[in-house]
Amino acid sequence: MLKNLFANYYEAVSIILFGIGFTTLLLNRNMIKKIMGLNIMDTAIYLFLAAKGYIFGRKVPIVSGDVPEPENYINPIPSGLVLTGIVVSVSVTAIMLSLTIRLYRRYRTLDIDEITRLIKEEK
Amino acid sequence: MEFIRNLPFICIVSALSTGVISSVLKPRVAKLLSFLLISGSCIASVLVLVYTMQTGEAFVYSMGHFPAPWGNEIRAGVMEGVMALFFSAIMLLSLLGGEKYLKVDIEASKQNLYFVLVDLLLSSLLALVYTNDLFTAYVFVEINTIAAGGLIMVRSNGHSMLAATKYMIMSLLGSGLLLIGISLQYDLTGHLLMSNIQEAVGELAAQGEYAMPLTVIIGLISVGIAIKSALFPFHAWLPDAYGYSTASSAAILSSLVSKAYLFLLIKIIYRVIGTEVFWDSKITNVFFVLGVAGMLFGSVSANKETDMRRMIAFSSVAQIGYIYMGLGFGTQLGVTAAVFHIFSHAATKSMLFVACRGLSEVSGNWKEFSELKGSGYRNKIAGAAFTVGALSMVGVPLFAGFISKLFLTSAALETMSVKMAIALIILAISTVLNALYFIRAVISIYTPRNEKYYDSTFRPGITFCAGIVCFIFINFALGLASNPLIKAIEQGLRMFS
Repeated sequence: MLKNLFANYYEAVSIILFGIGFTTLLLNRNMIKKIMGLNIMDTAIYLFLAAKGYIFGRKVPIVSGDVPEPENYINPIPSGLVLTGIVVSVSVTAIMLSLTIRLYRRYRTLDIDEITRLIKEEK
Repeated sequence: MEFIRNLPFICIVSALSTGVISSVLKPRVAKLLSFLLISGSCIASVLVLVYTMQTGEAFVYSMGHFPAPWGNEIRAGVMEGVMALFFSAIMLLSLLGGEKYLKVDIEASKQNLYFVLVDLLLSSLLALVYTNDLFTAYVFVEINTIAAGGLIMVRSNGHSMLAATKYMIMSLLGSGLLLIGISLQYDLTGHLLMSNIQEAVGELAAQGEYAMPLTVIIGLISVGIAIKSALFPFHAWLPDAYGYSTASSAAILSSLVSKAYLFLLIKIIYRVIGTEVFWDSKITNVFFVLGVAGMLFGSVSANKETDMRRMIAFSSVAQIGYIYMGLGFGTQLGVTAAVFHIFSHAATKSMLFVACRGLSEVSGNWKEFSELKGSGYRNKIAGAAFTVGALSMVGVPLFAGFISKLFLTSAALETMSVKMAIALIILAISTVLNALYFIRAVISIYTPRNEKYYDSTFRPGITFCAGIVCFIFINFALGLASNPLIKAIEQGLRMFS
């Protein structure tokens, strides 16, 4: 068990990071820290994918005339997935930040519990 | 006829591009374009449906003509056709019914942005229905989340902004779990296309290898989707999100957004993991228990609400529970019942939200029952629609809700296990609770005492009436002539595997 963890240390680290990000997004009361948690969570998944796509001793998958055999290159699909994932995560982060800005302008706090309390009183 | 194979792709791309174009158009033009787009997507879905029913098999459309393991694919069968048709039709009616309230609820400068979101939402719904690629599904899940979050926060008051924030946070947690599930799955099988994954998973399961990682993947994907579709106890975001957004948004969110995730889950059960492996994984028991708990909790919470919109929203928690209970039986009949309940609940709930807005319009925009007294007389058509919706939710014969409860019961009877007893008892209790709060709501809107909001010049408006009449018609159609739909669902599920 422990041996496997050390052999796959990239994967182990990325799952730990995923857990950190997930719990921060879920439990932290500060909106900015929540968004940081979201980004840690997403980045952990990209680390996992990148580690899975890399094959030791091989090159970037850009075929240059002299070595066309696929055995010389790493798996390009996870890299493509990571790129797509980054685009998605950037747009989601932008939306969350814009929501945070609007909430902050109105209630002058980043604490989501405090905002909830203020909105209840508003009614 | 070959041209029909291109229609799903054309619908998705035209919805995406209409969304982009609408951001620079005048609100009136953007609205017109949206309505045209959604009607077009209805017609296209009918054509796809008829085509697949005639040929009797699903067709695969490879994007850019790259063959299977490399290219991205769209797949359409009877099930996909029915779902796409239903999603587009309900979206059209929700927008039609809530159209006149958009002007009231949304700032004038943001009117066209609403339709940008609607177009994006339609494209993501269609893509989730049609796609044959798991990663594409993830990307469109995120587009769906962004569009749905926008639909909630477009009514910019404190409540809806907070509701949008909560929705986004929960939804993003769900997508995180979904994405890590998909990544682990890719690591295990090396495929992203659904048909290839199913083959690989079948081989792994047959050899008994990687049983633990497979269970983890199933768990991660299921929980991710359960959070996004508001299965109890992940429903905390739901009442605010449905209760404080504008009428069309609430109707679209409750009937389409959460249902699209449920459809994705059913698709994953049948086309990615494979039914045998999935039913063996015991996650169905979790679905069953949480579904049953949701049915009770949702109904009890709805009983306690004094705000009509939030009452309807809590009733959604209960209804999502019904659907998960259907999936939790782990049988073909259970899934058929769940899919039918997706249809009947979507048709009814969107009608209830639109009708509720119509009733509160004639009650000084209040949503509390004390103020809504007698509103059924002041806005007759909204009152009628609310009554139809309430009776359907309770499960009175003639209405759509009755058929889905009938199917859920027969699915429960078929299992012949401890699940049967629990399901029957909880169904009975939940029906009684449903009846309690919906009948109370109907009685209160027909209590003729509150005359202070009476306005003899009030007219409900032609778009509102048209939307509501179509909704009532669909509800009766589902209740009285459900056989063709049931047949189509069964045929579609057969095509899935």
